[in-house]
Amino acid sequence: MIERPMSENRGAVVMDEPERTREGSSDAGVAPEAGADAVLQESAKLAEVTRERRRQVKKDADAETVFELKDVAVTYGGSYAVQGVSMSIRKNEITALIGPSGCGKTTVLRCLNRTNDLIQGAKVHGQVLYHDIDLYGPKVEPVEVRRRIGMVFQKPNPFPKSIYDNVAFGPRVGGFKGNMDELVERSLRRAALWDEVKRDLKASAMALSGGQQQRLCIARCIAVEPDVILMDEPCSALDPVSTLRIEELMDELVSEYTIIIVTHNMQQAARVSDRTGFFTVAEGQDEKDHRIGILVEYDLTPTVFTNPSDPRTEAYVTGRFG
Amino acid sequence: MAAVTTERPVSRPLQGLESGRRRYREKIIVGSLFLCAALSIVLTVGIVLALLIPSLEFFGQVSPVEFFTGTEWAPLFKNSQFGVLPLLGGTLVVTLIAAAICLPLGLLAAIYLSEYAARRTRSFVKPILEILAGIPTVVYGFFALTFITPLLRENWLFGTPPGVFNALSAGLVMGIMILPTVASISEDAMYAVPQSLRAGAAALGATKYEISTRVVVPAGLSGIIAAFVLGISRAVGETMIVLIAAGGMPNLTFNPVEAMQTMTAFIGAAGLGDQATGSIGYKTIFAVGISLFVMTLIMNIISIRLVRKYREVYD
Repeated sequence: MIERPMSENRGAVVMDEPERTREGSSDAGVAPEAGADAVLQESAKLAEVTRERRRQVKKDADAETVFELKDVAVTYGGSYAVQGVSMSIRKNEITALIGPSGCGKTTVLRCLNRTNDLIQGAKVHGQVLYHDIDLYGPKVEPVEVRRRIGMVFQKPNPFPKSIYDNVAFGPRVGGFKGNMDELVERSLRRAALWDEVKRDLKASAMALSGGQQQRLCIARCIAVEPDVILMDEPCSALDPVSTLRIEELMDELVSEYTIIIVTHNMQQAARVSDRTGFFTVAEGQDEKDHRIGILVEYDLTPTVFTNPSDPRTEAYVTGRFG
Repeated sequence: MAAVTTERPVSRPLQGLESGRRRYREKIIVGSLFLCAALSIVLTVGIVLALLIPSLEFFGQVSPVEFFTGTEWAPLFKNSQFGVLPLLGGTLVVTLIAAAICLPLGLLAAIYLSEYAARRTRSFVKPILEILAGIPTVVYGFFALTFITPLLRENWLFGTPPGVFNALSAGLVMGIMILPTVASISEDAMYAVPQSLRAGAAALGATKYEISTRVVVPAGLSGIIAAFVLGISRAVGETMIVLIAAGGMPNLTFNPVEAMQTMTAFIGAAGLGDQATGSIGYKTIFAVGISLFVMTLIMNIISIRLVRKYREVYD
């Protein structure tokens, strides 16, 4: 691992917030400096303001529906993992899927870009409409679906190639003909990583810190210019500072993309999302007594967290369960 | 509930605490493991010396310039000639034919097994491959002589058909022999590439073919090259097939339908005849042997360099 001196990473992010530059990029395992907490709180406050503004706008505009799930169920080798999920996901919103382990939230996420196809024995029932097209229709090409619906994974998974090649991978396989250097730069800037890596784009992506790797994965995802970005617990392997940066990034990206995030972290869901779906595990609903994931409640995030309609949601969000 | 006693239970007596028995046993184990490790090194050095000493004696009698530039190889004749080039050429031709068969086919087979085959197919095919790799080479030799050669001779389309002994048949069968090794080891390297990289590429809209060729193969490259090198080293060092099917004629040509003798085949053939220990014929064997050894050594060094330069480290 290449340890760069902290000073080199300064001034990396947003120029009008000088304090922020203290979050060096060698974030893994860095002992919090004096005042780091204050910085965190400061930027969290700022982020909150932008979010509020965005939410205000959202409520007024009646946003277009991107995904319409109708009674979706997923079976693995015949036994149900998740059942009876119906929800509609709106354009340019962040939708959070929360719930305890094993409740099927990741499984539902994977339905949306047909990555369940890659798992042997997985089968999707019900209907997943993407802009009114049945994603599981006979004529739909999964590869094309994934070009439009990108995904960021739980564990950063950059390819063992250079930073440049990581970002250029998607456009290359997609037959991109334009100026690749420009696209790579634009994508890295959008993912707030450019200033930290511009000196050496030929460096291996594996030498980056965990937080940088995850932003690289986001850049890689943006480079194919998708319509939707799916995020599967993108911050669970990251420290708080890196987590905050990813959340800020999501805030910026949502103006252009629709984002769906699975998270274990309720605060995160409350902080970043516009709508929240709460999943839980129902015991033994089929003959084999399997535990099945179900969608309990799906509503605007403030409603889910402050005024949930289902007692199970309330128990979960108040921390009495899960 | 019973009252909790504050007194700790009497600890075990201290005898035995300073006993050296365990320590000695540990030392004996470490010592014997070290001896085993040392033995392999000593043996290697011994083999190299056993090759080197007679070879040096040989080069005392025959000039290295003649040896490495001469185009006639007839060391056992009265009017002896010591040009190793015909043997080197024979080895090169047979190895190239074998490589042309086993490298592309081996890689493609590995890609199929690792990326496309269902788990059941893989668990069925992989052991068969490994059994194939264990067939004695003498069997392959006769397969070349009695099956492939007649097949080639009967169905030859261009010019002079191959002779009864020819390099082509030997090379082809050698390629078939090495194929399972190359396929199996390359497949191991590809299979070890983390699933998360495949998922990442798939999420960017890469097809299975693109995932295989642009992510999995580059990430598993060091293992794949290791498989290639092992395959080619086996081809260079293979004796039985060429001895049986390629003929015993040192022949400086690149026409694969002619009979040739490789370096190994010469060693095999000369070793069978009676060469008086210490005679020039006897020493020739070692001279050829050490040339072969240096050749494979250089090849291995080059491939290690290549691997270091191009591999993509994923963990």
